[in-house]
Amino acid sequence: MSTTKNLYGRRLPGYAIATAVVLTAAIGLAFFFAPIEADQGFSQKIFYIHVPLAIVTLGGFIFGGIFGIKYLRSGESRDDLRSYTAIHQGVIFCIGALITGCIWAKASWGQWWVWDEPTLVSFLIIFLLYTTYQPLRFSIEDPERQARYAAVFAVVAGVFVPVNFIAVRLAAPLIHPRVFSNSGDSLPGDMRIAFYTALIGTALLFITICKYEMSSKHSRAQLAALRRSIGGESDEPNAARRAAPRVAVR
Amino acid sequence: MSNTLPPNSGYVAAAYLVFVAILLVYVVIMAIRAARVERELTELLAQSQERGAQTAQNETSNA
Amino acid sequence: MSTARPPSTLSAARTVLYKELTLERRAPQTLTAMALFCASAFVIFHFALARNEVEGALAAGVLWVTLTLAALLGIGRSFVADREEGGLDGFLLAPAPRISLLFAKAAALLIFLLIIGFFAALLFSVMLLGPTPDGAQWASLALLILLADLGIALVGTLVAGIAIQTRARDLITSILALPLLIPLLIAVTKASEPLLSVGGGTLAWRWLALLGLYDLIFGLLAYALFDYLIED
Repeated sequence: MSTTKNLYGRRLPGYAIATAVVLTAAIGLAFFFAPIEADQGFSQKIFYIHVPLAIVTLGGFIFGGIFGIKYLRSGESRDDLRSYTAIHQGVIFCIGALITGCIWAKASWGQWWVWDEPTLVSFLIIFLLYTTYQPLRFSIEDPERQARYAAVFAVVAGVFVPVNFIAVRLAAPLIHPRVFSNSGDSLPGDMRIAFYTALIGTALLFITICKYEMSSKHSRAQLAALRRSIGGESDEPNAARRAAPRVAVR
Repeated sequence: MSNTLPPNSGYVAAAYLVFVAILLVYVVIMAIRAARVERELTELLAQSQERGAQTAQNETSNA
Repeated sequence: MSTARPPSTLSAARTVLYKELTLERRAPQTLTAMALFCASAFVIFHFALARNEVEGALAAGVLWVTLTLAALLGIGRSFVADREEGGLDGFLLAPAPRISLLFAKAAALLIFLLIIGFFAALLFSVMLLGPTPDGAQWASLALLILLADLGIALVGTLVAGIAIQTRARDLITSILALPLLIPLLIAVTKASEPLLSVGGGTLAWRWLALLGLYDLIFGLLAYALFDYLIED
């Protein structure tokens, strides 16, 4: 039985180092290389942390949905673990995106929350939806059913994300100017470098944390298995209710 | 370079601070977990050595 | 031994739908509760907003918030009887295609929502609505109620299917259904606003398109995923 191939922590140190390097470079570029933006001034620098957090959040939720589909078709608990981890971390990154978004709104508009910014409103709605993921898992006792229902949720929520964006954008007042006007490809060259570096760094951070989470869960499952075999307890794993998926020990 | 901070720098600092704070909270959680794993492994190692010593004792008394 | 063919999806769905409607006809709990809820809600809105009449965006908001929360009552009840009295197990043992349960439940919920929708709209126009919609506006409103209720029925049946197997059924239903329904609500309130305004207005096609898109997407999703919820 080959075990090294199935380790969750494989290549984790590499990702961690890459994350540290790229994120540090990104922050350096954001503050020392990218010029100060004409309209919003210095507070535009928040853009380099807020938008990558937001984009990576969406990526995380979409991957959660993709792994949900994979789980429904394969029944492999690894896919359920990946889906769970992606969504769990996505929620945390979403909190970061919302808080930094509020700070940016306060700096730009003097108000902590603006209803006229459709992206921020969409993120709030998505956050409200995805925070139900954990309570949903926790309220289902049977592990296989829990994984299956969580996967269904992940797929529904993943499809919901673009529908929600369309709806909120359509509802935004047409006359009001966009607060966050510099996003994506309308950026000048220097800012673009800093932005994409920040984006890659944040994505690497997300992947690193997800890998760490899965590796850590796996280690604790192995520890529990070891305890059972040494202590001579029965094979029944701890039957306490939990939201996190049970990790199969390799 | 001027001696005064640019305007709104407080908000920019706050945004990056939020990011760092979330990361540090995560590091704390990781640290707590690592400590717990180490503690359990120590217990298991002690248990395993105990059982090993007992098995050796049983063998010598049976021989 | 009988060699009868297993029922087709449509006939199985029709049978289950007939059962749902018969149950409700004999003991009209769900419809009564939803209707009473709507009436109470309008009274509460009168006092909370300190107004005798509402119009425009406010009217659209009051009407659709009331209908949505009433729908939650219906969604919550959707699978309860089957779960508690073993109907779900009975269905699983029968040779009927499982997707027919989705069709039947969604159709039943749709019928309840339509009844309550038209009831609430009429009640609303008497109790709280300021301007009087003309024939064309009533027709547009009816179309909106139809499209919106279809979306609510599809999403609601999916959410009810998920929530019925959990321990915190009512909580999960509410927190799951409400965010999912937000795009639908955005579309339907924006679309209703000109119909309920002084001076009147017409239906904007973009909101109908969004409602149609929403119904289609969630219909397909429910169709694709429902089987995974009903496995034993």
